[in-house]
Amino acid sequence: MSEFWFFLEVLLSGLFAGTMYSLVALGFVLIFKASGVFNFAQGTMVLFAALCFVGFLEMGWPVAVAAIVTVGIMVAWAYSVERLVLRHLVNQAPIILFMATIGIAFFLEGFAEFIWGSDVHPLNVGIPNDAWFVGPEGEMMIQQFDLAAAIIAGLLVTVLALFFHYTRIGRALRAVADDHQAALSVGIPLNQIWVIVWSVAGFVALVAGIIWGSRLGVQFALSIIALKALPVLILGGFTSVPGAIVGGLIIGAGEKLAEIYGAPAIAELVSYMSGINNISLGGVEEWFAYVLAMFFLLFRPQGLFGERIIERV
Amino acid sequence: MSVATEATAPEAALLRVNNIEVIYDHVILVLRGVSLEVEKGGIVALLGANGAGKTTTLKAISNLLGTERGEVTKGSIEFEGVNVEASSPNALVKRGCIQVMEGRHCFEHLTVEENLLTGAFTRGGDRAGIQADLEMVYDYFPRLKDRRGSQAGYTSGGEQQMCAIGRALMSRPKMVLLDEPSMGLAPQLVEQIFEIVKKINEQEGVTILLAEQNTNIALKYARYGYILESGRVVMEGAADTLRNNEDVKEFYLGLGGEGRKSFRDVKQYRRRKRWLG
Repeated sequence: MSEFWFFLEVLLSGLFAGTMYSLVALGFVLIFKASGVFNFAQGTMVLFAALCFVGFLEMGWPVAVAAIVTVGIMVAWAYSVERLVLRHLVNQAPIILFMATIGIAFFLEGFAEFIWGSDVHPLNVGIPNDAWFVGPEGEMMIQQFDLAAAIIAGLLVTVLALFFHYTRIGRALRAVADDHQAALSVGIPLNQIWVIVWSVAGFVALVAGIIWGSRLGVQFALSIIALKALPVLILGGFTSVPGAIVGGLIIGAGEKLAEIYGAPAIAELVSYMSGINNISLGGVEEWFAYVLAMFFLLFRPQGLFGERIIERV
Repeated sequence: MSVATEATAPEAALLRVNNIEVIYDHVILVLRGVSLEVEKGGIVALLGANGAGKTTTLKAISNLLGTERGEVTKGSIEFEGVNVEASSPNALVKRGCIQVMEGRHCFEHLTVEENLLTGAFTRGGDRAGIQADLEMVYDYFPRLKDRRGSQAGYTSGGEQQMCAIGRALMSRPKMVLLDEPSMGLAPQLVEQIFEIVKKINEQEGVTILLAEQNTNIALKYARYGYILESGRVVMEGAADTLRNNEDVKEFYLGLGGEGRKSFRDVKQYRRRKRWLG
């Protein structure tokens, strides 16, 4: 019986970790949908937002003020990206826009270091950090922090999905994602739409940055962790908000399960086949997501929920 | 409505294009001085072969050239007497001038109804009015009502053309620039779409400027026509006059006078005639 509870604990902690991936993936999806750009700088935006936020907190500002000012900074950032980069690259090939975002990523990383330095900052915004013990004899441990993070992510996603499907601006965003020129021709101002999208992505980056930062400390490694969103996107589909969520959950849970249960099984298999005893395998967690993504690329390239590439016959 | 009386008033030019020149990429001269006038409530056809400059003229008017590295370098464009060369497409749509692009360009992943709703983007939150206009579009195109929930990418070419025209109507335009509505459609369907366009023109008082390669059908529905060749207007006149003109008959309607000619002869003859004439 206690084994079952242990399994449940592993599964849940995986799902919670998955919501964190989902949050970062969400930022990618937003920008990809509206401008067809894979925004390499999303990870750096997570880092930058978190650094600004923690920097203001360390200056003694209250949490709310720091958050509002940081959102303001992300909006200003969105505006400058549109003004200085995107506006001049309208109708260029996707690879050119992608290269531009790589440039943006490196600039922003350097800029963040220039302003805030490269120290690791601890962050505590008052998310509870105790554990609950569930089960008849308290076999299963649930981190309150994980639960809170999952709830925040869930709320954010619900709001965004509603926004995309039922509002005038949301519809315009999806229209721009489909066809820039046609969107222009019906009078949708691309520039405004891009500023809105990058602002929303900046806001999502801030939320992700605060949660990741509270867990790991605000540090430059955040921008690399954010690339874990890549397999999540391949799984869920680059154009789907729900896909980003489910993809994140699958990867999060899959990683943990593969680490705990998959690794011993693989080790046993290898030792059986090679005849060498006592092989122990670890680190499955590190590569599991990428291998899973590779299988998806082979068999379902548009992801679980991605928009099918429409080809009429 | 008094559409008919408005159409007869000669000073009511809704759109006036004065001698515009368009250059792509700073070097490619595509329009070399095109002038045209569209009266309020009219249907005017812009005719000519591939590469004559029809699409470029329409895009110059709706200001969609910027995304293709083209610009109007000379001349002026007036809509309702106001210079609009520098207006953004957004501002122009708000003024009442909207383009239906060549090749439909529906938003593939949006449903037909969502496509129509994006056409009302510039109208803001006028929910009641937008809902009423949605019904108006469905009245003109009953096919769209049947397919309102399907993704536009999965609908047929004809339905997409209807969707694109309906989407433009949703902006409550005074004028629609219609680029090549017959492209890739079966003749029967082309006829049907032109009938609806005519009905929209008569009942809603929407002025139509039409670019078409299908000279035959365009002159059937338009009241006035301009013929473009290599970026110039080479001939203009009332639709009847053009239809009965010998040159138009021969070059654009395929009704040659004396027997069959090889394509090569026609071309040489044409060139000489243009230079001499």
